[in-house]
Amino acid sequence: MTVPDGEGSGTWMRPYTVTNGRTHPTTALQLISMVRTTGRVPPERLGGEHARALQLCHFPTSVAEVAAHLRQPVAITKVLLSDLIDSGAVTTRAPSATAHSTDLLEKVLDGLRQRL
Amino acid sequence: MVSANGSDDFPTQFKILIAGGFGAGKTTFVGSTSEIEPLTTEEALTSASVGTDSLEGVENKATTTVAMDFGRITFSLHNLVLYLFGTPGQNRFWFMWDELSRGALGAVVIADTRRLQDCFAAIEFFEQRGIPFLVAVNEFDGSFRYEPDEVRNALDLKANVPVLLCDARDTRSATGVLISLIEHVLSTSQACPA
Repeated sequence: MTVPDGEGSGTWMRPYTVTNGRTHPTTALQLISMVRTTGRVPPERLGGEHARALQLCHFPTSVAEVAAHLRQPVAITKVLLSDLIDSGAVTTRAPSATAHSTDLLEKVLDGLRQRL
Repeated sequence: MVSANGSDDFPTQFKILIAGGFGAGKTTFVGSTSEIEPLTTEEALTSASVGTDSLEGVENKATTTVAMDFGRITFSLHNLVLYLFGTPGQNRFWFMWDELSRGALGAVVIADTRRLQDCFAAIEFFEQRGIPFLVAVNEFDGSFRYEPDEVRNALDLKANVPVLLCDARDTRSATGVLISLIEHVLSTSQACPA
């Protein structure tokens, strides 16, 4: 699962070697799906990029943030994270369909006004 | 109650898109409003569907990549988090990326009055998708000052689409644009189905 550094970096072949060529995650993840570690699987038990991904979600964080910190494309990051979800190392929450309720939007509005 | 996997304390997440032409000030706007240094991630846009797990041909199908800047604002009191995604401005390919707009609360279209036509495509996209949006005219030094109504007419905007002037470099000004957007979302009833 580890990726050799140096030659080959910067091409599209390299990211997909991180996932053994898999391009589809087993769990449907969105850019703003939140992920966090369960603490059940120590990073030492995992290979390179999986361990790095796991260490990036000690606190609830978005798929997009994990991708940015890993410096991997979003598609690759989703495969890595879904592996971690399958193994019980990470839990996730998708954006809620009811999140755009008036009540929650008023709270966002209040929060933004406090930043002025 | 906290479950064994701790999933109860996940924040509720929201997404706002920051769109506009190349150089209009999207990245600046994200940087002014975000509580973190803007982050960058990239995605491959493929014209062919990748339906198998095979690597064969992937290098040919991944015809282009788009980089996106994004930022974050956390409201810990209510356990909410707002993500601001700058749409890629170098090209129009982000329209192919459904995920970027799916579930978006709304969008800010940043207009540069020197190149108003650059935001036509974004406006059309959000109108078609029914995503609430407003137009924020970024007032660049040395650019001719237009009245919001002049911009509204030039862009052929519907009467209910807010047009405001802003300075994308200024946190108060840019945050004010986000406030106006949420107010606009709240005032458009179809945007609040829940």
